Amino acid sequence: MNNLPFYIGKRFLVFALAMLCAGLVFGVSASACYLFPTFGFEGGVGFGMLRPMHVSAVLFWILLGATGCVYSGMAILSEAKASDVLARVQWLLWLVAIGGVFYSYLAGDFGGREYWEFNPVWALPLTLAWLLFLLNFIKTARKIARWPVYVWMWMTGIAFFLFAFAENYLWLFPYFRSHFVTDMTIQWKVNGSLVGAWNQLLYGTAFFLMERISKNARVGHSRLAFAMYFLGLFNLMFNWGHHIYTLPTAGYVRYTGYIVSMTEWVFFAKIIYNWKNNVSDAQRYYHHFPYRFLMAADFWVFLNLGQAILMSIPALNLYTHGTHVTVAHAMGTTIGINSMILFAACFEFYGRKMHAPGRWLNAVFWTAQTALLVFWLSLNAAGVQKGLWQMNGQAVPFREMMDALRVWFGIFAGAGTVLAVALSVLGFLLLRALFATDAQEVTGQTGSEWPAEEEEKIPTG
Amino acid sequence: MKPAHTFTVLSLAFLAFSFSIYLEPALDAAPSTNPEKQMASEGRLVWQRYNCQSCHQLYGLGGYLGPDLTNIYSAPGKGETWIRAMLKVGSAPMPSFTMPEEEIAALLAFLKATDASGRADPKDFVALPTGMIQRK
Repeated sequence: MNNLPFYIGKRFLVFALAMLCAGLVFGVSASACYLFPTFGFEGGVGFGMLRPMHVSAVLFWILLGATGCVYSGMAILSEAKASDVLARVQWLLWLVAIGGVFYSYLAGDFGGREYWEFNPVWALPLTLAWLLFLLNFIKTARKIARWPVYVWMWMTGIAFFLFAFAENYLWLFPYFRSHFVTDMTIQWKVNGSLVGAWNQLLYGTAFFLMERISKNARVGHSRLAFAMYFLGLFNLMFNWGHHIYTLPTAGYVRYTGYIVSMTEWVFFAKIIYNWKNNVSDAQRYYHHFPYRFLMAADFWVFLNLGQAILMSIPALNLYTHGTHVTVAHAMGTTIGINSMILFAACFEFYGRKMHAPGRWLNAVFWTAQTALLVFWLSLNAAGVQKGLWQMNGQAVPFREMMDALRVWFGIFAGAGTVLAVALSVLGFLLLRALFATDAQEVTGQTGSEWPAEEEEKIPTG
Repeated sequence: MKPAHTFTVLSLAFLAFSFSIYLEPALDAAPSTNPEKQMASEGRLVWQRYNCQSCHQLYGLGGYLGPDLTNIYSAPGKGETWIRAMLKVGSAPMPSFTMPEEEIAALLAFLKATDASGRADPKDFVALPTGMIQRK
């Protein structure tokens, strides 16, 4: 088998892990601004620069990582090879875009919307790179006779990201920008759809990994799997209205967001229903790191989905909107769900030599989970306190309220630093594994060729 | 129904929903060529150029280091003069900005238009029996 397709995925995953490490450094520095707000005012890199640098680096970790996972997965699934030329150009376009984005931030050349604050010109190479990704995906996917659900999810993620990313720049037209409420409605429609799109890419990856681990290829074609996929797609398309309940947009937009968000109870119920099986499987595969990261993602889905559903009820959203509860949710999903799935994929595709149940790796795993839990809880606590301030007449000035939250910010910054160290160690180990992995070792493996010694490490208790 | 059919139906519904939103400005009584709207539209770009969203929110959306500015234009004791002073001098957690007068004027027009669009204070809303909220 030609190893080339696997090198394509590897190229993107190396880039993704480098972005993760950068994002962690920017994140820890930005969290210091919560404790020392004037940090970087005098000619330094202050919060105004650090926040977009952190957000962009982390978004690029997720997007590049998802790209690497799709290429790696398709290299296993499809007989058709992805075009290396297209993939190389795609990778170079990403390199140009990322160079431009960070130059834009360091030069103070802002101009974009929240989460995409760089000069909009750098959106062009990003869009082109994504277009090439779509073409390469179609080239390989059309050779698969009957798509399993995760191929549908990958296609959906790629196509909808492209659509939403283009929509993200409608504000460049005065027609949209001069109508503030419509403009903001579109801005949050876009943000909801973009998150939904990369979730499709990552949940598809998680599905693919679980199928390989369980060695049950029928799972990807089951009716239930497709029902869940379409429910996810339905939410990607229509549930974003829960971001803008207080915005005076059309009533049908807000009611659609509210009603569609409530269908997420189905996902929530399914997680609880699956819990028993997951617990017994967790014992079976305890020392298998991809599985363990997928189970960690499942736990974080449970916490964050529960939180998201409650936040989607407008009467409760009134208390949490604009508070750090929203930050907790964003951090909990990007770190707890998206990053855990990416770590699972990196371990599965390239980190097999690290599957041995070493104490060192165990300690890093549990440190990351514990620090994330403390981090998430401290942000929620700060959010609840701010929410009470908002609803109780804002009796004290904003600055005094923020000072009262400093204890939570201290815990958040401390736990964030520990989390960043743990994730950096994982990132470093995986980068080392990526450089060391022989592609033949990976492309030759399918679910049915699972190494026998892995099973032998399973604890019986 | 085959997955491709379900996907197509959902995608068409999504496009229809999207275009219903895109068409809203066309149905607005005040055209986008209205000078006040044009000025506010320029102010929106100033807001982005100086990355105000990193620290401040509009309708509860944005950063968390500074206060929500949706209704700052009409807030008691705040308003245009106060905003100008804050931009020029800053405060402990906010840097001062050196902005040309045209940009300040555009930003003020944007904040004025945002203020006129509605209320962002949660206390101004009441919960309905359905769980939805509405302005008091």
